[in-house]
Amino acid sequence: MSIEHLVLRVVIKILFAPILLFALYVQFHGDYGAGGGFQAGVIFAVAFILHALIMGLDETKRVLPAAALKAMMVVGFLFYAGTGAATMLLGGNLLGYDAIAPNSDHNEGQHYGILLVEFGVGMAVASTMLMIFYQFAGREPEIRDEDW
Amino acid sequence: MTQFLAQLPVLPIIIPLIAAPLTMLLPARALKGRIPCLFATLVSWIAFAASAAILHSVATAGPISYHMGDFAPPIGIEYRIDLANALVLTLVSGVAALAFPFSYASIRAEIDDHQLSMFYAMALIAMVGLLGVVITGDAFNVFVFVEISSLSTYALVALGARRDRRALTASFNYLVMGTIGATFFVIGLGLLYQATGTLNMADLKIQLAGRDNPMVEAGFAFILVGMGLKAAMFPMHLWMPNAYAHAPSAVAVFLAATSTKVAVYVIIRFTYTVIGADFDFAGAAFEYLIAPLAVMGMFFASIVAIFQDNLKRMLAYSSVGQIGYMLLGISFGTEQGLAASLVHLFNHGLMKGALFMAAAAVAFRVGSETCDGFRGLARRMPWTAAAFIIAALSLVGVPGTIGFISKWQLLSAAFDSGRAWAGFLIVASSLLSVIYMGRVVELMTLAPAPDASAAVREAPLSMLVPMAILVAANIYFGLSTELTVDLAERAATSLMGAAR
Amino acid sequence: MDLLAFAIERYNYWIFITLMMMGLFIVIARGNLIKKMIGLNVFQTSVFIYYISIGKIAGGTAPIYLPEDLKARMAHGGDHAPLPGKDAIGAGAIRVDESLHGGAGFAGNDLQSLAGKAAPPEGAALHSAPEGAANDILAAPPLTIEDHAGAAGAAADLAKAAAEIVYSNPLPHVLILTAIVVGIATTAVGLALIVRIREAYGTIEEDELEAADDIAEFGYVPSKRGLPEQRAGA
Repeated sequence: MSIEHLVLRVVIKILFAPILLFALYVQFHGDYGAGGGFQAGVIFAVAFILHALIMGLDETKRVLPAAALKAMMVVGFLFYAGTGAATMLLGGNLLGYDAIAPNSDHNEGQHYGILLVEFGVGMAVASTMLMIFYQFAGREPEIRDEDW
Repeated sequence: MTQFLAQLPVLPIIIPLIAAPLTMLLPARALKGRIPCLFATLVSWIAFAASAAILHSVATAGPISYHMGDFAPPIGIEYRIDLANALVLTLVSGVAALAFPFSYASIRAEIDDHQLSMFYAMALIAMVGLLGVVITGDAFNVFVFVEISSLSTYALVALGARRDRRALTASFNYLVMGTIGATFFVIGLGLLYQATGTLNMADLKIQLAGRDNPMVEAGFAFILVGMGLKAAMFPMHLWMPNAYAHAPSAVAVFLAATSTKVAVYVIIRFTYTVIGADFDFAGAAFEYLIAPLAVMGMFFASIVAIFQDNLKRMLAYSSVGQIGYMLLGISFGTEQGLAASLVHLFNHGLMKGALFMAAAAVAFRVGSETCDGFRGLARRMPWTAAAFIIAALSLVGVPGTIGFISKWQLLSAAFDSGRAWAGFLIVASSLLSVIYMGRVVELMTLAPAPDASAAVREAPLSMLVPMAILVAANIYFGLSTELTVDLAERAATSLMGAAR
Repeated sequence: MDLLAFAIERYNYWIFITLMMMGLFIVIARGNLIKKMIGLNVFQTSVFIYYISIGKIAGGTAPIYLPEDLKARMAHGGDHAPLPGKDAIGAGAIRVDESLHGGAGFAGNDLQSLAGKAAPPEGAALHSAPEGAANDILAAPPLTIEDHAGAAGAAADLAKAAAEIVYSNPLPHVLILTAIVVGIATTAVGLALIVRIREAYGTIEEDELEAADDIAEFGYVPSKRGLPEQRAGA
């Protein structure tokens, strides 16, 4: 690889970890302030999309292969749906998070439930966003130059 | 056990919803792609069993209300199931339970092997969406489920692209029209929410009582147009013939039998449960707008169907006409008319399912979807031909089939409500269906088979058995009307009762 | 003059209607599939704006607990009053006056049914100015949502805390968050289809697509209206 876009490469290397950290902050602080799984998932995906834009898609796919993304989509979704279903097994209705901690007078069950669901949402959104990006960016560039 | 029964209303939703992503991970190439198909079939059977149990419970013990997340309505999301939902729920899950095993042979021939797991995951999600639309008692939830089913449907239709690239443009047009329809629906919901501050259907009804103002009227109009688009109501049907014609045959089976029916159900639900009878404009809309459009649809679509060469497109146009019957029944504004619509909704799902299955079997064995493919079929694929003929007779409305029952109900509703003209128009447009169905039946039975007939065998058992079950249902419900007509009449009574 | 004020006061609806019509026009009038998708997005966005604007209350803040709010909650932590009573209704009434359009005091039904009261008297203004009245209704729900989520005691505390702070109605925002996600999914599917169409046909102009299909089906273009040159001339 040549050292084209040197500045960009350095910047993304510096920014990559803080972006992920920020995503996790938005994810887990979503209980108390603005944020949550959707936003966190998109921010999380942005780190990898930036990486792919500058380092090239192949590099990113080595870090996070498409098969892993597919698994992440499924696991994230199952977290989400499974939390709802688990409350059914615990004696509540679907999504009845109070069943997770039935004896709490501070609605702890709601907090745990939301935390788990948001985690699932975050995971599913991040992997879906990346998957969409992979699918679009990974197609063969069949548009000829004179078409533009 | 009681715990299990208490959770029954969500089982048709949550089980396929959890199963869909798991299906995605199943190996598509092992065992000739049987694993995802068997898994999806199993899931659809569970959903059907749960739906049938719900129908039984509702029919014997009255409506079920399920509080999502233990939050009481009207603030919490409520799944409210009465007879009308339960009937449509059983239709959708029943057709799905037959379409999944049916699809195996046909879909393997029509899409790439590596797409099989994805296909079944998407089909399950489409099923969840349709079931969810039917089951929920929350107006915004309807939108969410409509979009869940639509999005997967766009992808399913586009899968037909390997055979014919026109599936892509058909799917794109469907996407544009479907999104406009769904967005209109959301605008309507927004207006109703703004007028009442609630989204629960039963609560909307209470809050809307006596508030006949332009905002509510506009909201209802948006909802009617939005769902009319989804239901392929004439003249908003243009997306449908292409989408059904170019979708993979198995997808067309499932969609034709369920998706437009569900949209009609939503129209019924919003007209009676949400808006109710004390709104003159709802009645006026049906009397002066929907009824004429329904009649035009019945004739226009049937006439267009006569000139179609592609069989699936012909059946799709026929569906547009049949949607016209349902809307005409609703527009009578009587209990009988509503019951007739519900019966026809159920019955039409069964007969269109059977017809599309026969078309899919022919496409699978003969490799042609044009009417020419049916030439001499009675000798080459006797069972498929027999199934097609019985379903066609049912569509025309020959006594002994479900088509007769629903036409009879419609006719008596028309005459009893003093709309003799509607009765005559229904009979006249049925004659048109004799022409377009008779054309194909003639080709099948009388025309000589082309030379290549030796190569064509009867469809595999995995196709014949679901087809036979659907055809048997066509005859069974035509002879024994207890389940459909009685339930539909009770459903209509409760809908009308709630509307007053 | 009154009519003008009536129209200008409801500027959010004008924005909504203008955007909606623009979006629909683009979808219908443009032949390029990408432009159609853009039109569809504008159309959907107009609905998002509509929903968000009906939930907005003038002077209202985001429905997030503020520090004072939390303090108020702590102070009343042990208090297990059955349900929000007069306080909550009063809060609703106060905020009604501050709502986007002002107008008749009509507390939300959710609140009323929750408090076990009879339905509130409907102001006459409800019928004369339905939009305004409806916005008033929206002023009430924020705390009811929390009420249901929490136990009754917490609800009472919240009612007290909420009396001091004006929140916008979060429900339309939540609804539209869902709709935005759906919109993104629709856009993604639509663009994916466009990519596939481009690969299969080599064009994304609708009339060229139609012409290509006609040629494939009939061997010629049966109607000249499919051709771009003819369209330009007409």
